[in-house]
Amino acid sequence: MRHGVARFVTGFLALPVGLYLFYVVWPFLQAAGYSLTDWGGYSDRQQFVGLDNYLRLFSDELIRKAFWHNVFFLVTVPLFTIALALFLAFLLNVGGREDKAGIRGVFGSGLYKVIFFFPQVLSLVVIAVMWQQIYRADGQGLINGVLMKIGLVDADDPITFVYDPEPFLGVPAVLWWLLVIAVWSGAGFYMVLFSAAMQSIPKDIYEAAILDGAGRFHTFFRITLPLLRDTVSVAWVYLGFIALDMFALVYIMTPSQGGPNHASEIFASVINFNAFQKGQFGYACAIAVALAIFTILLAALQLRITRRERIEY
Amino acid sequence: MSVNPDLDRRTLLRRAAAAGLLVTPAAGLLSACAGSTPSPSTDNNAGEKSNDNPFGVQENSAVKVVIFNGGLGDQWAQEDKAIFNAKHPSVTVNMSSTQKIKTEEQPKMATTPSDVVMNSGADMMDVSTLINEGAIEPLDDLLAAPAWDSPGTVADTLLPGTVADGTFQGKFYVVNLAYTVWGNWYNAALFSKEGWTPPKTFDEFFALAPKIKAKGMAPYVYDAVHGYYPRWALMATIWKSAGKQAVVDIDNLKENAWRAEGVLPALEQWEKLVKDKLLLPGRLDHTQSQQAWLDGKAAFIQVGTWLKNEMAATIPPGFEMKISDYWGLGATDKAPNDVYAGAGENIVVPSKAPNKAAAKEFLRAVLSKAGSAKFAELTKSLASTAGSGDNVDDPTLASANELMKNAPKDLISTKFWDFYADLDKESQNLSQELMAGRVTAAQFVDKMQAAADKVAKDSSIKKQTRDA
Repeated sequence: MRHGVARFVTGFLALPVGLYLFYVVWPFLQAAGYSLTDWGGYSDRQQFVGLDNYLRLFSDELIRKAFWHNVFFLVTVPLFTIALALFLAFLLNVGGREDKAGIRGVFGSGLYKVIFFFPQVLSLVVIAVMWQQIYRADGQGLINGVLMKIGLVDADDPITFVYDPEPFLGVPAVLWWLLVIAVWSGAGFYMVLFSAAMQSIPKDIYEAAILDGAGRFHTFFRITLPLLRDTVSVAWVYLGFIALDMFALVYIMTPSQGGPNHASEIFASVINFNAFQKGQFGYACAIAVALAIFTILLAALQLRITRRERIEY
Repeated sequence: MSVNPDLDRRTLLRRAAAAGLLVTPAAGLLSACAGSTPSPSTDNNAGEKSNDNPFGVQENSAVKVVIFNGGLGDQWAQEDKAIFNAKHPSVTVNMSSTQKIKTEEQPKMATTPSDVVMNSGADMMDVSTLINEGAIEPLDDLLAAPAWDSPGTVADTLLPGTVADGTFQGKFYVVNLAYTVWGNWYNAALFSKEGWTPPKTFDEFFALAPKIKAKGMAPYVYDAVHGYYPRWALMATIWKSAGKQAVVDIDNLKENAWRAEGVLPALEQWEKLVKDKLLLPGRLDHTQSQQAWLDGKAAFIQVGTWLKNEMAATIPPGFEMKISDYWGLGATDKAPNDVYAGAGENIVVPSKAPNKAAAKEFLRAVLSKAGSAKFAELTKSLASTAGSGDNVDDPTLASANELMKNAPKDLISTKFWDFYADLDKESQNLSQELMAGRVTAAQFVDKMQAAADKVAKDSSIKKQTRDA
């Protein structure tokens, strides 16, 4: 590095790194410290209890339940979001007719892009409040109201959405209904991400494929998808984080924040209950630290598995 | 997104992913746990103590008051501020109101909290945790202090139950400002038009229900989102049926307390109400269900006396809101006439509050005759100071007043959900499940007993008891 450049770079980075250390890294370390105590959260009294909180984790039934619910989201949120986003991106970029100008998206794709992306600009809380009205469990709810009008739902037996703990494919219905919202709100962003990646794939590759007689199905699975591998894999990691969170939706939309009767309990709601209702901050911090370790391992694993030679173009 | 073929996208995205780790849920929750080193508490109440200034409030000091702006609004607190400042013009009252009590106040509790915190609403701090952590101040000296504008001490001016409801582990910690009466609400205008009499027992209700249904109305609607709403009604029925001692035993985690005689039959009434499809279909929250009731979709709703103030904007003309007592089971009832009432809407003074003297003095003003009369006038709810509603002309308040007048000395109250967060959660969940028809009364009893036994055996949970 040339003389002076190092100092210049350091000068610019000092402040943000300092802020980051103080406001992000330091609280992390503090939380890890608290996880070894029995701190209640409202006083300055705390006792060192060693790894007791971590041992307790393994025998906590609620944690076990929350873990499997998070695993459900971990599998389904990335899967459905990426599938939907890829489908939309494909249609918007290369799904249309082919003519002399080459390959293009379906008619009006610019407008669709804006519409699909729109949920991304809304805060998750706004989305949750909006979906509360859509899911409202009586005749005034958007879905129930419409279905009752056309006679598909009995007025005396409305769909209860997030109040329904009955299992569907072995998973409480409330989780499926929350999944719909998560996918709806996430797909737009990844559609844009995949669109950008698709546009960077040279058009001549497609044209060559079409000349060889490949249909849309084959162009997608033989060309687009393999060339998007990197992007998809990163999207998968991001969506994994979102799936491990899901707190806003559970907190705002479900009865008793994780209900009905623990049917939508996730890590974050258990942490919230232990810290803020039970007054066991030490234990809550231990759960949070465990979740953080789990998240980091998962991300590392994911990036490791998908690592392979890139295709240059 | 820029597309630059020379850019190593993989590396870039990878680094972005690593950075993304720091905005993960775990990250946010981790930092939620972090606090800062607490500073020693400073108490600067060096003012002169006198009968007119029993806590020695210092001139020119400031007191920070946080009001919960919920069903009761916050206008009444402005009136209390004026009353306080009339006596202490040099003391600055910094008042703010919020609905997010815990979110905003909990982080400050260990360092520099507000002086007076109205700890109320859905986002309230758990009271037993506050006490176990030594985070709030015992206020026994407030009770012993002379009343603001009436003879005797502050304790003398309070309605029955107010001191007991604020007492934990033998000390008075919590000032409950509003005197709430719970019961079944109905539209008196509609009932007199139809010739219906509000029932006193479940049997009478079950007899009336078909007539209500015949008018195209659901007999009953409830809040399906907050488990503690139906739980009031369930506990009231249990108290009436099984008697006071049964509920005291439940609160004290006595062995097999949930299996006491009278508990199961009380819950079976609710099971029947659900099974007979007497509920308005759907799952509504508190305001949605209250609105459905106001719209005439259901005949009865159970809730406390803050109802009128909460729904003030949407009460249809000609709607005559009245409260009647919770239903009992009839002849077998051990305490058929006991009313569910008590002081609610907690106010606490944090132990580390910088100006505790002024905080207590402010509470003395809140509990004054003038302050409580303003409270009743503005909120149409009774204050916990006696006589607050005497001069308020309101039929709803009058129906609550009347209910209280005919009530015996014992008031229905339940403590276990304040004592133990685990039982609070479990009982809310089970109340919802019972009302949704997914658990039976017998299962409710079994599960509550199991949860109570678990808490009783858990040595890490500090036990509390009630005598009365």
